Amino acid sequence: MRHASVSRKIFLIANYLFLTLLGLTMFLPFMNVIAQSLSSGGAIDRGEVMFWPVEFTTHYYKYVFEDVSIWRAFAISVYITVVGTTINLAATSTLAYPLSRQEYVGRRLLLILILLTMIFSAPLIPQFILMRELHLTNTLWALMLPTAISAFNLFVLRSFFAQLPTEIIDAARIDGCGETRTLWSIVLPLSKPALATVGIFYSVTNWNKYMDALYYINDRSLYPLQVKLRELLITDDLADTGNLAFEVTSQSVQGVQMAVILVATLPIIMLYPFLQRFFISGMLIGSIKS
Amino acid sequence: MASKLEPRGAGAAPSPRIRAGGGHVLLGYMWKYKALYFISLPGLFYFLLFKYVPLMGSVIAFQDFNLFTGITGSKWVGLKHFERMFSHYDFINILKNTLLLGIYDILFAFTAPIILALLLNEVRLMLYKKIIQTIMYAPHFLSWVIVSGIFVGILSPESGVLNVVLGWFGIDPIYFLGDDSYIRSVLVGSGLWRDVGWGTIIYLAALAGINPDLYEAAEIDGAGRWKQTLSITIPALLPVITILFLLKIGDFLDYGFERVFVFQNPLNIRNSEILDTYIYKAGLKQLQFSYATAIGVFKSVVGLFLLLIANTLSKKATGESLY
Repeated sequence: MRHASVSRKIFLIANYLFLTLLGLTMFLPFMNVIAQSLSSGGAIDRGEVMFWPVEFTTHYYKYVFEDVSIWRAFAISVYITVVGTTINLAATSTLAYPLSRQEYVGRRLLLILILLTMIFSAPLIPQFILMRELHLTNTLWALMLPTAISAFNLFVLRSFFAQLPTEIIDAARIDGCGETRTLWSIVLPLSKPALATVGIFYSVTNWNKYMDALYYINDRSLYPLQVKLRELLITDDLADTGNLAFEVTSQSVQGVQMAVILVATLPIIMLYPFLQRFFISGMLIGSIKS
Repeated sequence: MASKLEPRGAGAAPSPRIRAGGGHVLLGYMWKYKALYFISLPGLFYFLLFKYVPLMGSVIAFQDFNLFTGITGSKWVGLKHFERMFSHYDFINILKNTLLLGIYDILFAFTAPIILALLLNEVRLMLYKKIIQTIMYAPHFLSWVIVSGIFVGILSPESGVLNVVLGWFGIDPIYFLGDDSYIRSVLVGSGLWRDVGWGTIIYLAALAGINPDLYEAAEIDGAGRWKQTLSITIPALLPVITILFLLKIGDFLDYGFERVFVFQNPLNIRNSEILDTYIYKAGLKQLQFSYATAIGVFKSVVGLFLLLIANTLSKKATGESLY
């Protein structure tokens, strides 16, 4: 690079400038949300709040903490994330393992049939009718069962299992382990990185679940956080949402909205360092397969 | 690629030998590994029940489906609902919105990660690169509801940062979300913001796999960086680009329900209603089950055709194809 030409230098400077600017575009909106959630309603309305709080206040957070319906929605989201991800991992690994073994006759056909579901997804209405027939609408199962296995994650896990040395599995069988024992005490412990990757993908999906709740849940007491948040985002008047514990003026609506956005984002932010460690490898295995 | 990840592929598997040995040997072999089949049952049942049953349920597009009489008791009406769909006063507009968003998606959301990956690839300061990547991957993990919340805040006519900045240049506040003419830009823009960084991962991996000797040789031959990019980097990325492009074409009409729905309001609906959001409203809000299914079937069939056409063209032009 010592003999870099002038045009090369100009390009490099422009490149760094551009990327820095782009990075700021990605980052500053978060700062804006944080700043607004900590600024007075008057300051927000006058357009004074950019990336730092103006007339600092925490009363939106007080409102959020006192609103039972937000807490309930938060708890439901935690529930579907924890229970849902457990179901996801159990269902995905018990299918991925047999499909990764060469002894499983017919696995090619099954893999193609599963791949086809990625290309042809069923229309919404037949899915809805099925859920209704199964009496799953208006239950939290509707947010966990229909999405129990993602074909993409199944392929990620299957590729990982297929790479494990056959000798280990054969040795376990010779020692008298049944297939279930082999899976539970040999294969799964060896696959922790892959399980972590897939588990994190599933957790984020479960936490962010909105569409399924919109389709299958009418009962307001079962709303997950994303639906509750959306409801708050489209109201101009917080009195409509039924919280009387806290006096709100119309001008502080946006502050409350931003505070709830932060509460809904917090678990993702906390997970992000782990996410980053795993998602790239998972993403690459998965896309090579499909 | 498949053979690389699966060293004991079908060729090496014992199954061909077994088939030659006759049916009862195969059954015996399957019996020996019955536990494997047993373990796989819940997962297979899942795909059957939640994926294939509703797919079969698409036949209600050809019925006047009634919830109480069910599929077997509902009257068959042929293509009635498809005819109704095409004669709906707003259908052309909804289809136009869907197609336009699909085209914008390819023009911007598909190409931007390629360019961004090329730019990131030129960065030599590793710490800087890592920080930028960390920031740019993050929005991908936010739900569309949260993304819409952030954008509603930024774009707000009274208090939004964007309008404040526009104000510095003497531009009057614009109500971006309340205006037909801005909504598509908002949809494409928010999509870019959320996913452009994420989209670079696969290209960066492909770029990392290019043999550095190639660049060295090119340098000795006197090729500049621009020339190197054109004749080494781009050709190396081409297979990945082609495959991703084909997949993109395959779900050309699947712009995504959530990402559009969360930005919709009565003021922008004319330019933001797409097939998916219309299916939801016609189906679950107005309970026109067969009609909404017909639109869904139409969408899948068109998507399949686009995929087949793109695949054939690509096979001829570049030799790359999905199957």
